[in-house]
Amino acid sequence: MTDTTPPTGTGPLARREARLAWGLLFPTLAAVSLVVILPLLAVFWISFKPVGLADLRPPTPIVREDIRGDLEAAGDEATLRYRLRNSSQDQPILGVTLSDTWPEGLAAGELDPACAIADGRLDCDFGDWEGGQRITLQIPVTADASYFEGPDPTDSAPVITGQASNVLTNFDFTHENFAHVFDGAEFWSVLGVTLFYTIFGTLGALIMGLFAALLLNKSFRGQGLLRGLYLFPYVAPVIAVAFAWILLFDPFSGSANALLIRMGVSSEAINFFGERPLALIMVTLFEIWRYFPLSFLFILARMQSIDTDMYEAADMDGASPFQKFRYLSLPQLLGILSVLFLLRFIWTFNKFDDIFLLTGGNAGTRVLTVNVYEQAFALSNIGAGAAVAVVIFCCLLLFSVFFFRVMSREEGL
Amino acid sequence: MRRGYVTAPVLGALWCFVIAVTVAVAMSFATGAAFRPAILLSLLLGAGLGVAALHGAMALWGAAVVMAALGLAGFGPMVADDGAGLVALVAGHGAVALFTALGARTILEEIRPGALTRHEFEEAVIRFLTGFGYIFFTAIVLIPFYVMVMTSLKNQAALMANPLDFSIDLSQGWGLFSSYVELMRDYSFGSYLWTSFYVSVLTVLITLAFAIPGAYAVARLRFRGQALFSRSILLIYMVPMIVLALPIYIAFSMTGLRNTIFGIVLIYPVTTIPVALYMLQGYFRGLPAEVEEAGLMDGLSRLAVIWKITLPLSLPALASVSLYVFMIAWNEFLLAFMLLDDPSKYTLTRGIASLNSSEVPRQHLMAGSVIATVPIMVLFLGLERFMTKGLTAGSVKG
Repeated sequence: MTDTTPPTGTGPLARREARLAWGLLFPTLAAVSLVVILPLLAVFWISFKPVGLADLRPPTPIVREDIRGDLEAAGDEATLRYRLRNSSQDQPILGVTLSDTWPEGLAAGELDPACAIADGRLDCDFGDWEGGQRITLQIPVTADASYFEGPDPTDSAPVITGQASNVLTNFDFTHENFAHVFDGAEFWSVLGVTLFYTIFGTLGALIMGLFAALLLNKSFRGQGLLRGLYLFPYVAPVIAVAFAWILLFDPFSGSANALLIRMGVSSEAINFFGERPLALIMVTLFEIWRYFPLSFLFILARMQSIDTDMYEAADMDGASPFQKFRYLSLPQLLGILSVLFLLRFIWTFNKFDDIFLLTGGNAGTRVLTVNVYEQAFALSNIGAGAAVAVVIFCCLLLFSVFFFRVMSREEGL
Repeated sequence: MRRGYVTAPVLGALWCFVIAVTVAVAMSFATGAAFRPAILLSLLLGAGLGVAALHGAMALWGAAVVMAALGLAGFGPMVADDGAGLVALVAGHGAVALFTALGARTILEEIRPGALTRHEFEEAVIRFLTGFGYIFFTAIVLIPFYVMVMTSLKNQAALMANPLDFSIDLSQGWGLFSSYVELMRDYSFGSYLWTSFYVSVLTVLITLAFAIPGAYAVARLRFRGQALFSRSILLIYMVPMIVLALPIYIAFSMTGLRNTIFGIVLIYPVTTIPVALYMLQGYFRGLPAEVEEAGLMDGLSRLAVIWKITLPLSLPALASVSLYVFMIAWNEFLLAFMLLDDPSKYTLTRGIASLNSSEVPRQHLMAGSVIATVPIMVLFLGLERFMTKGLTAGSVKG
């Protein structure tokens, strides 16, 4: 009797395949974890720390060495001077030591009690320094003949060491960043602006994309050209088109204002990017303008893969064009539309460059991502910036749970 | 609504209004004089033209001539201020009448005076919406780019004097391009262009080197956690750059990588690898596995199969991915803005950002924008086929 049950478990071939797979994936995994996972953890860490922009450089002792007086012949006297200071004005440095090569042929006069010269080296131990401490070490020296054959005393760089507590790596935690972020009405207004921008930007781009796709879903001469043209806003560098919009809608020399005034639509210049709530509407329009090509492309690709038989059958049954769109095309497109909506929703939520370039977050257009920059760099409070980033990341996690539910239903994409 | 003598004037009126606005904007931008649509008159005249269209071609063209004549007399769908020259007036009013008539003829092709079937009515409405759509999308896409190019060719004073006037003075000859020359000479845009170029090319190469093996593993090889892995790629692809930019800025500041091209080349590929991996694995899945299995049977190792069979088969996908990654790297702004401070190391986008100050004339800013836009547009239009395919192959990143 031979055993007819198939083998169970993983055989050597399967194991070899899995090993190869991990081998091929390793570079990507390493790079991604280094630049995505690690920074994400860092953001969480920093968001609980009282860090300002200035704290990024930990306090270090600094030394400058020079010789005062001329040493030209044997027996000349001069002063060897070390100027030391703490780079930080408020942080202490512990256990500061200085060491330097002692030049040959130089006789030291009175020496600071913290220092000693032995075996051709100068060693000093200054103990702990307060923030902002400065010390000037003056050593009177007398030269003899052998001095002039050796190298210049300032050639050897003095070595200074000391331990400072770095706020990024110590274990001081605070919840102030989050308190600061959620404090007051500002956070809720930022969240409201973000939601407005995201929802209307996404819906607008989707609807415009659908309209454009309907226009181009037939073959005619120049269709390829138009399709290329309609992708321009998406392909051009954001900085170029953002500045073009700013110029176009400038209140003083903008063509749009001149046009509106000449046409009699408006009696005075409108500050499109400087007024509430117009600025928010404008950045949302910019978002729609810039990303409708993307939805258009995807919807068009889906439309062209719909079976034409269905439309022929509908024609035989006497369906009108609007009926065909409503009862045939739309249900077919629903899948791609919902996937696009969710993806675009997440990416619009994450968008930073556009608003940053158009308004800098002023005039009621500050969204969460711009708030990260504003807190971290404009207000020099890195901790608060990181706290906002954590809030963004949590929203993102929430969205993606939802997204993957829909994705697995729609599969594809 | 579904009666010829109602449908025709309504669609005619709307169409005439659309054309009047379009021509008015176009004429204003072309001549700098003020043209504006007359709302009421355009609706009325358009309705009349729509009714005329019901009575054959002769009536339609007659109505068009009347419309043009009325326009010249100052009672047309579009009115011009005194500043407009005679040629501009004739051309403008002629264009309004011509395009209104042409459009009306197409839109109202099947419309008869009596009752209409639902089919005929909806077809007419769709033809109107199609015409409107072409004009609308073409206008909103082209106007910002038109403004960008024209502003770069004009000087500040002329722009302030009449922001509408985009007519350029051809008599200047090469002087037209003075701001481009100045950017290249005084602002070292040549070197920015080169930096942007080689940073983008390096990004593409590094990205492909990482993404091809990864994508192949995810698409073809069986291992535990494969499904989880293909999902987490998408998830990573959704993490906003600004969240990562903060710790990257800190880390780069501490390690001295900030302000170096090396640091930029280090960080750009990582932002593009997930995209590239996602696009490529979609393509690899679509390739027939039989060809590869035949290779395996003939004694090739997996790596040799990838190199000799899979890669040659996926050249079009590689082209799309390369183009897309190149575009992302070329257009990247946030990281370049945060990490580069030294003007000698700027990429193009960072260089343009540095032009945005009140001391630099606006035409320089726009000339810089044109310099950054033109190469990517040329590349894109030349390889549009790949690009469209690549974009739809699985990337929706913005």
